Amino acid sequence: MSTSTLLASFDSHRRAATAVSELRGAGHAVKEGYGPFSSEGLTAVVGERPSRIRQAMFFAAVIGAVTGLGMQYWSAVFDYPINSGGRPLASWPAFLLVAFELSVLFAALAGFTMFLVEGRLTQVHVRLFEFDEIRRASYDRTVLEIETPRQSEARQLLKRAGANSIEERPL
Amino acid sequence: MTDAVATGGAVRGEPEEQLLPAEFDFDRVTDTVLQPLFAPATRAWWIGWSVSLALTLLMVVSIAWLFIAGVGVWGVNTTVVWGFAIANYVWWIGIGNAGTLISAMLLLTHQKWRASINRFAEAMTLFAAAIAGLFPILHLGRWFYFYWLAPYPNIMDLWPQWRSPLVWDFFAIATYIVFSFLFWYTGLIPDLAAARDRAQSEKTRQVYGVFALGWSGSTRQWLAFERFYWTMAALAVPLVVSVHSVVGLDFAVALMPGWAETIFPPYFVVGAMFSGFAMVVTLATIFRHSLGLQAIITTRHFEEMAKILLLGSIVMGFSYATEWFMAWYGGGTTERFLVLFELSGTYWPFYWAMLLFNVLVPQVFWFPRARRSIPSLLAVSLLINVGMWLERLLIIIETLSRGYLPSRWQSYAPTFWDVSLFLGTLGFFAFLFFCLVRLVPMVSMHEVRQLAAEKVSR
Repeated sequence: MSTSTLLASFDSHRRAATAVSELRGAGHAVKEGYGPFSSEGLTAVVGERPSRIRQAMFFAAVIGAVTGLGMQYWSAVFDYPINSGGRPLASWPAFLLVAFELSVLFAALAGFTMFLVEGRLTQVHVRLFEFDEIRRASYDRTVLEIETPRQSEARQLLKRAGANSIEERPL
Repeated sequence: MTDAVATGGAVRGEPEEQLLPAEFDFDRVTDTVLQPLFAPATRAWWIGWSVSLALTLLMVVSIAWLFIAGVGVWGVNTTVVWGFAIANYVWWIGIGNAGTLISAMLLLTHQKWRASINRFAEAMTLFAAAIAGLFPILHLGRWFYFYWLAPYPNIMDLWPQWRSPLVWDFFAIATYIVFSFLFWYTGLIPDLAAARDRAQSEKTRQVYGVFALGWSGSTRQWLAFERFYWTMAALAVPLVVSVHSVVGLDFAVALMPGWAETIFPPYFVVGAMFSGFAMVVTLATIFRHSLGLQAIITTRHFEEMAKILLLGSIVMGFSYATEWFMAWYGGGTTERFLVLFELSGTYWPFYWAMLLFNVLVPQVFWFPRARRSIPSLLAVSLLINVGMWLERLLIIIETLSRGYLPSRWQSYAPTFWDVSLFLGTLGFFAFLFFCLVRLVPMVSMHEVRQLAAEKVSR
């Protein structure tokens, strides 16, 4: 028996969350949830994922700081030394600010890149958008994506849980 | 004790409820916010847009004339070498600081009232920082060499002077503009998706679709969004502090009386947030009225902002008093003379006006009625904007007019081109906003929805 993917839309996160637990209890797999705002509740029932965004930002920040300090040290000490009244060439406290700014800049750029990659924000149009209710997930609907081998049973369960519409995912 | 708290709560009302009327559901939020994007432009919008466009052209002409004739068209002279240009720069970058303050600090401290105002506060940051970035380049005289500030391999075999705050400034502003843009755009993506899905025509849908980057609102995306957004907020706070501290160091590192003060970096940061918040209040009153957002930007929002302005004015007053005290306590004759010059010299009316607008006038916010009345908020915030601009100008011209060498003393007076350039940038700022309100949702809808959902579930 082949599995099918259903998209069911709900009026609220709360109804969707109740439906998730009922579906899971009956052995259907809930793959993903879509909603118009960030909700810890929905994320918790659909499932958290590990994220590398913060690690990427941290490493980029370190690279930025090292780049900043390295560039200034090399240029001030080796490439373009100026003896100004015998003051030290490697005047590191004066170098901290540029190093700090570069570390923040690198972290922001790396974080944004990782955000695009992890959020799969690289495709402007996906087939998913052909489902009408998913277009409403950006403002007032909560949509669940269910993978199940027993489609009719899942449909009945979803209807009882208060789903507005249930469709097979166009894939 | 518990009773007292409960009664107090009942008297003031449940704070969250005042942030959004009870009957506001998701549809109402979306309709109210997206309405200015899809409805035809009103006559008032066309008038405002045209006036701001005319002022933008004035800015372009002023810059063009500056490029043709040189900095001699300005009122600067061999003694007062910094005039309007640097004052405008410091003022604009200060305004540019509050947007990120609202977005980041209020997010990190879970101040829910931020949701209605953060979008245009961030846009304000972006525009103000970009305008601020123009002035140091314009004031260079030989503006076409501004890229010498950037470290790049060149045939002159030269490097920037890493120990100069002017070079730090270049890095701070460049980072700040890129950072603010990413922060603003990230917060905008879910709302652009809503605009895409509510668009009437296919063409509009495609344009918003491209900028929404395929946002579907999946938990995967929301998780990535939250992680990135909150980390950016945490980074933004030290960044904002560093940006205006560096502006303060531009002055403090010099040896001039009235500039070489260790108080400058924090004093500049507070001043920036003060003037920026005043600008946010000004813009909030205007947008609330013109975009019909009375239900989303409520009196409670204004009350919170008025309290922050009140705190800011107290800190500013304390900073001025510290400057006077340190000049007297330090015992330097030049410093003592400069304080007397500020209070009674050539520019005394402006100095007293500054004290009045920045310190005295905001004290009306001790009264709840003043914090809740839109006319009083608008009037006070405009006066603070004027006062802070005067402060930026006076910091520069007082010190430069009365340095250590009396034979070099000169006074400063702006010319037509000084004023036209400043007015032009104000017009350009307004012009960018006039365009933006028709293109981008001016309230963070997904955050307001979150508020609405929390209210229902409580």
